Amino acid sequence: MKELICICCPQGCHLMVDEENDYAVTGNSCERGAEYGRTESMAPVRVLTSTVACEGGQILRCPVKTNGAIPKEKVWEAESLLQKVSVKAPVTIGQVILSDIAGSGADLIATKSVEAAD
Amino acid sequence: MYDLIIIGGGPAGLAAAKAAWNNGLKNVLIVERNWELGGILNQCIHNGFGLHHFKEELTGPEYAARYIEEVKATGVQVRLDTMVLDIHKALPETDDAGLSGQDDLPIYEVAMAGKECGYVCEKTKSIVLAMGCRERPRGGVVIPGTRPAGVFTAGAAQRYVNIDGYMPGKRVVILGSGDIGLIMARRMTLEGAKVLACVELMPYSSGLNRNIVQCLNDYDIPLYLSHTVTEIRGEKRVEQVVVNEVGPDRKPIPGTEMIFDCDTLLLSVGLIPENELTKDAGIEIDRRTKGAYVYENMETSLPGIFACGNVCHVHDLVDFVSDESERAGESAAAYVLSAGKGEAADCIETKNMDGATYIVPQKIRPANVDKFVKLFFRVGRIFPKADIVITSAGEEVARYHKKFLAPGEMQNIVLTKDQLQKCKGELQLTVEEKVEEKEVRA
Ligand SMILES: Cc1cc2nc3c(=O)[nH]c(=O)nc-3n(C[C@H](O)[C@H](O)[C@H](O)COP(=O)(O)OP(=O)(O)OC[C@H]3O[C@@H](n4cnc5c(N)ncnc54)[C@H](O)[C@@H]3O)c2cc1C
Ligand code: SF4
Repeated sequence: MKELICICCPQGCHLMVDEENDYAVTGNSCERGAEYGRTESMAPVRVLTSTVACEGGQILRCPVKTNGAIPKEKVWEAESLLQKVSVKAPVTIGQVILSDIAGSGADLIATKSVEAAD
Repeated sequence: MYDLIIIGGGPAGLAAAKAAWNNGLKNVLIVERNWELGGILNQCIHNGFGLHHFKEELTGPEYAARYIEEVKATGVQVRLDTMVLDIHKALPETDDAGLSGQDDLPIYEVAMAGKECGYVCEKTKSIVLAMGCRERPRGGVVIPGTRPAGVFTAGAAQRYVNIDGYMPGKRVVILGSGDIGLIMARRMTLEGAKVLACVELMPYSSGLNRNIVQCLNDYDIPLYLSHTVTEIRGEKRVEQVVVNEVGPDRKPIPGTEMIFDCDTLLLSVGLIPENELTKDAGIEIDRRTKGAYVYENMETSLPGIFACGNVCHVHDLVDFVSDESERAGESAAAYVLSAGKGEAADCIETKNMDGATYIVPQKIRPANVDKFVKLFFRVGRIFPKADIVITSAGEEVARYHKKFLAPGEMQNIVLTKDQLQKCKGELQLTVEEKVEEKEVRA
């Protein structure tokens, strides 16, 4: 049995998920909660947002995100990979910084345009 | 002379500028003290913005970029690195009256100091206040103990980490469970810090469930509800904080001390609208919202001066900031283009009764309402199930069934023009708690 809080609406139902019983969900008040309970216990995913070092730009850090949700267990690996990256300005919003980060299938992209410092 | 000067280039200022331009004002200026537009969104690098407005999940900088692009596509002028110092009514001068050709419209002067413009006073027919809010500093929360370095507001820490690129500390305790504190718990953990605890005075968190799950639970950071920091220890730098459980009276319970060895304490204890300019201009401030009293069109007590976004009342969702600010921009355009006509005599005041802590707008002129008006409010505590009841002169005007109301989430209801016309003088909003049906049956 696994305990979860449903995040799909402000009600925040406390869900119980039975891994041994085909991920049956109890404690939910609606179908969305059951769905969330199943995915969250079978294969939880997260969008990672962070910043990477930026050289020669107007700012020192360029904000980034994965352009899709990645498996939760890959978050740490992805974060440690991006900490080693330094991009050169100019950077355009949406530009790919690392493709297929940590073999997750998602790309790490810039979430802000950074002009070169003048 | 400008048609409109907008003070602040955050999401509120940007949305107001775009709407004013699209509604016919062609001489519009945004004044922003920072070196770039976007306001606080520049440091909010996490996602979850724009679900309502753009129907997708954007990060703060992405949401800002969309609005900045839209404003750049207009002829709206922008003055960066420029701080507004003062706003006041211009002294009546004959040439000004002649210039505007609208004798009875007041003309305002906006005094500003900037990198390029130096100190100047610009004249304008209307103003939108969009200065945002700032965080409640340590002075706003009384914690006994020494005054070592290492105590920051969560927003300041967010700025250091996300923009300046350095970490304010290694072992962190967070006081307050507002969304900014929760977001920073995750952010600092990812950047290599150890977040020991998040401590909340109330028996519930004011943050979103989503943030509790994804920012605390994901990283095994404990959340202590009904607890508070009772002492900060350390000479030069924070070395320890003491946390106590609190009773129903929110007073620390002796003997429940927990000691955390840490070098940093982050405060996430609320936001206050930044209204020094507003007060100095003589605009009436509502002590509940700590923002200006506004009418249905976001106009303040001074004609032609509008307020929107966090400077008017603290928002948790930027999408609502954009909506409200577009309304302020449209209203400024209508005011300037109609030369202040449409002064409606009849005015209804809105009043929060049991269960609600404030309402925006505070005043409604029914004649100015086209089809409906939205009332924004917050509840004073958690209501699993409640009815929002609108009454006027003892008669019920409208009733809305709601579920799961919490103080951390701004609520809104829609009143139609017909319903509004039933109101006389004052409109009251009450939150009536409903007992769960299950319990009734039992
Ligand atoms: C630290 C922090 C984190 C937040 N995180 C989130 C979040 O994660 N999600 C969310 O939905 N909302 C968040 N919010 C709420 C967020 O503030 C609003 O959603 C929105 O950004 C408010 O927009 P605004 O334009 O009213 O204010 P702001 O974005 O604060 O913009 C105000 C602008 O006015 C400028 N200004 C102020 N005074 C002057 C002056 N005198 N002269 C010239 N310029 C001036 C400021 O420099 C600033 O750029 C956060 C707020 C804070 C304070
Ligand atoms: S289970 Fe349904 S009602 Fe409960 S929190 Fe999830 S979405 Fe909301």
